[in-house]
Amino acid sequence: MQTDPPPPPPKPAQTPATHAPPARHQPVGVEIAGLTKSFGPQTVLTGITLSIRPGEIFTIMGPSGSGKSVLLRQIAGLDLPTAGTIRINGLDPARPATRDHFALALVFQAGALFNSLTVFDNLALHPLEHRLDNRAGIRARVLRALKILSLENAARKYPSELSGGMKKRVAIARALVMEPQILLYDEPTSELDPVMAATITEIIATLRQEYQVTSIVVSHDRDLALTISDRVAILMRGELRALETPGGLRALTDPEITDFLNPKIDLAQPRYQKMEAL
Amino acid sequence: MKQLYATFDWIGAAVLLAVRAFRMLPAAPRILKRTVEQAFLGGYASITIVALLSFSIGAVLALQAGLTLQPVGMKEVIGTLVGEAMVRELGPLIVAILVAGRVASAITAELASMKVYQEIDALVTMNIPPERFLVLPRLLAVLLYMPVLTMIGILMGWIGGAVVCKYVAVIGVSTDVYFNAVRAYLDFPKLVDGLIKAEIFGFVVILIACNTGLRTTGGPREIGFAVTRSVVYSLVAILGLDYFITKALS
Repeated sequence: MQTDPPPPPPKPAQTPATHAPPARHQPVGVEIAGLTKSFGPQTVLTGITLSIRPGEIFTIMGPSGSGKSVLLRQIAGLDLPTAGTIRINGLDPARPATRDHFALALVFQAGALFNSLTVFDNLALHPLEHRLDNRAGIRARVLRALKILSLENAARKYPSELSGGMKKRVAIARALVMEPQILLYDEPTSELDPVMAATITEIIATLRQEYQVTSIVVSHDRDLALTISDRVAILMRGELRALETPGGLRALTDPEITDFLNPKIDLAQPRYQKMEAL
Repeated sequence: MKQLYATFDWIGAAVLLAVRAFRMLPAAPRILKRTVEQAFLGGYASITIVALLSFSIGAVLALQAGLTLQPVGMKEVIGTLVGEAMVRELGPLIVAILVAGRVASAITAELASMKVYQEIDALVTMNIPPERFLVLPRLLAVLLYMPVLTMIGILMGWIGGAVVCKYVAVIGVSTDVYFNAVRAYLDFPKLVDGLIKAEIFGFVVILIACNTGLRTTGGPREIGFAVTRSVVYSLVAILGLDYFITKALS
């Protein structure tokens, strides 16, 4: 079990310029009730019931294959649940007709940037397609997002010319341009060096602080989860095993959860030998 | 039985994709730029290969016809044979096969790649329907460039036939005689039939390409399989439809 005092909240490496949140964009909450998802005979999520409050940073953790990303895709409306319901502000996110009623953005693990478009065009796509502003307004909006994420010099580059960390930041900038009420992150710090992971963590916290956006983060990153989250859900084998504040999580005594949060390297009896013994 | 179900499921999905795409037609002004871009990529960039292949087919057709008809004294009808064959059958067919191999394969590869790398999911979360953003511009573009490519193909086929007739000594049909024979039995409705056939071929080929690309799941390996499937399905569809369209138009 973790006994160290909680680390102090990190100071953002670059404090974004303060902007008033868009008037029409108030944070939204998510209600998940009895959510079950199966792919053929395999059940990936079983009876998930939880409530995510407007404006909070909610982190979903769990071992690989525990169903975290599947849950995130369900919340984003990309997949239909086998049973149960998901409601964002009372609306089903999987129905295309309801998508106009709230602004949702998803930062994909690999960025999912449009490879045929420049960084600028990637960011401008959503406002252009939805005609949210005139050309000058969209340009200003995109440049502002690029500035917040320190990407001014990458505007004319293509995604293939960017590093992994830059791709993640572009993906976040693209989400930011959408002025989301709810922002979903799928493994935002995976495959990044510790400094870049800390930077992304700071950006997530800062965006919530600046825009009061509801943030749902799927991550393996213990530091991210325990540092910036308001609440953390632990999924194991498709079931919700714990739903706690970071402080409450540290106090848990469930050995499976403590072993997941504080894995110890035991060279005397390596983990794979324990698994073989099973 | 499972295979049959999968086939009908695939065809149903393709039809629904076309319906959903054309329901987005009111948004056509918004996709004008992308439609023009697709017309350029698919149409303009195919002109050279269409012209070369059609010229070659027309030439070979005239040569074969000449070698057969010359001994029986009917070499003056070579122009009619080449003219009719290019307008009603070979012109649309050659162009459709080229579009399947050159354009549809590229479309499938692009869309399958976008699906595998979650770009399609990103569009959905942005509330930008892939049917409007990706499918409709390609379908509208093919309807624009197929008649143009087909007319170029027909014309080059005729010219190929004329060159062979004039310069192959054993045939020896003058250009005037050849083109008089082309004109003798050819009328505008026959050209329209050929263009209708080309439009249907092109539309079906691009629909197959889009549907195959958007239904791709798995990893990068599946992109290659999707391209192969797309070209094979397209060729089967072209040859299968050819009979029924010809029968319906005759």
